[in-house]
Amino acid sequence: MTSKTRRSRRRPAERVRWWTYLGLGLAVAASLFPLYWMFVVATTDSATAYKLPPAVLPGGNFLHLADLVFTTVPFLRSLANSLIVAVCIGVGQAVLCALAGFAFAKLRFRFRNTLFLFVVLTMTVPTQLAVIPQYLIISSLGWVDTLQALIVPGLASAFGIFWMRQHLSTALNDELLQAARIDGANTWQIFWRIAFPLVRPAAFVLGLFGFVTAWNDFLWPFIVLKSPEMYTVQIAIKALQSNRDIDLGLAMSGSFLATVPLLVIFVFVGRRMVSGIMDGAFKG
Amino acid sequence: MATLLDPVQSIHSAPARPVREGWGERIAPYVYIAPFFVIFGIFGLVPLLFTFYVALFDWNPIGEHVFVGLDNFRRLFDDPRFFGAVRNTLSIWVLSTVPQLIIALLVAHLLNHVRLRFAVLFRMSMLVPYITSVAATTIVFAQLFDRDYGMLNWLLSLVGVDPVDFVQSTWGSHLLIAAMVTWRWCGYTTLLYLASLQAVPREVYEAAAVDGAGGWQQFRHISVPSLRPVIVFTVVTSTIGGLQIFTEPLLLNPSAPLTCGPIRQCQTLTLFLYEQGFGQFQFGYGSAIGVALFVMVVVIAGINYLLSTRVRRER
Repeated sequence: MTSKTRRSRRRPAERVRWWTYLGLGLAVAASLFPLYWMFVVATTDSATAYKLPPAVLPGGNFLHLADLVFTTVPFLRSLANSLIVAVCIGVGQAVLCALAGFAFAKLRFRFRNTLFLFVVLTMTVPTQLAVIPQYLIISSLGWVDTLQALIVPGLASAFGIFWMRQHLSTALNDELLQAARIDGANTWQIFWRIAFPLVRPAAFVLGLFGFVTAWNDFLWPFIVLKSPEMYTVQIAIKALQSNRDIDLGLAMSGSFLATVPLLVIFVFVGRRMVSGIMDGAFKG
Repeated sequence: MATLLDPVQSIHSAPARPVREGWGERIAPYVYIAPFFVIFGIFGLVPLLFTFYVALFDWNPIGEHVFVGLDNFRRLFDDPRFFGAVRNTLSIWVLSTVPQLIIALLVAHLLNHVRLRFAVLFRMSMLVPYITSVAATTIVFAQLFDRDYGMLNWLLSLVGVDPVDFVQSTWGSHLLIAAMVTWRWCGYTTLLYLASLQAVPREVYEAAAVDGAGGWQQFRHISVPSLRPVIVFTVVTSTIGGLQIFTEPLLLNPSAPLTCGPIRQCQTLTLFLYEQGFGQFQFGYGSAIGVALFVMVVVIAGINYLLSTRVRRER
């Protein structure tokens, strides 16, 4: 990295000032405080949400409240449903987008550029405004109140194809591809044995974002899921909220329980999500 | 972004056709891209076109479908609830976009230091709101902004300000929803801006420092202009996202979820669509709202296109 040589040439005057750390510290505090507060309420008592001055330290009541959440709604089932949906969408998007990205980056076929332009254009269309016909289609397929109603539509990702195509066109060089062809490998073998392993990190980041988005999705599951056993965690939070109209504490515990799995994952792979966003950004 | 605009570019680098080519090999590319087109077709494109069709009917999901022509649109333009929802959507959009972009700009500028310590930790912490679901965010924020027991009103009371009823008042509810949207997306936008800032050569800043430009002047005259394209991009994405705000108003007011309160003070367009479609079972009228949303998206995309071409010409 050239930054290292530059760093040594820097004058002491260019050291990071204290107010930079103050500003960033405030930003971090603002980012984390609402979650901390959720944790405080979820570990003390529902009454904490109604106490002034507010409590600031977590208590030891977490298990009792969690138990209440699990008995009020089938929350364990909801966690399992969310996990199934999010894993299927994450893995499915990673593989399908890598496959389509591979075709667009490295294979020659008629209408390739037109079709790719179409994929890119679909990114600008907010299909959410078509939820009524989407519901009609799902119900004519007999998929209302099933998990495939969430999984199958979630597998298509135009951005994912764009992203994987970019990574594949730089990661896989054409000589390697030619050599594999000469050795008699067919297109599928080239994809699965050579191309996919090369872009596995990029596919992983894509799948991660697919997982998080699916886990947090609300509107579509809210429309197609009808019975409490099929709810995802987000819909279970809504059920907790309306079950006990005024008991915010219980909804807070549910929210906390629904967020913890993502936080745990984030501790391990958050760094890769950060660089994923920064790589995806176009630079000037 | 260059590759996005120029898909022709890489065709020259594509390998020559393989020597042996069976039928299976020839259709392979189409098979690989087929899943996207099939899924997007069935669950994206067809519903979008179908919206325009359903909007012409008095369409009861379990009863009859009666063709009514443009009646639903006539009704829509006479419906004060529709204009209320348009107002709420636009107001929440402005209140959430402007502060978000300004804060993100400032924080990205602070993060853009080669010698910054704990840089990874700062960046990761700022992304935590993004992985928090909108549902959980709304529950927490509704509590923090509660009129009687919220921490914010408690703090305000310490300095002698009367409690603000954020949930039940029009401006209060808009501010509250905007605060949630800002909180959730600020970190994400910051990282986008930071990535663009890092593409600016350090020498530019160093030269400015030598010429005596302070931190603020560097921010104003180097950072902001170089970020213009990415700012336009985030304005567009936040607009498309802003028109689709749904979960926050739905969960904010549990006593009247579908209208976000008794006087519809924070009912957004998407929530209005949901209320008419799935609350009142008026699929035709709901679809007409969907068409109106579509028109708004197209208009805003058009305005953005004009703006961004102007930006490009200026550079």
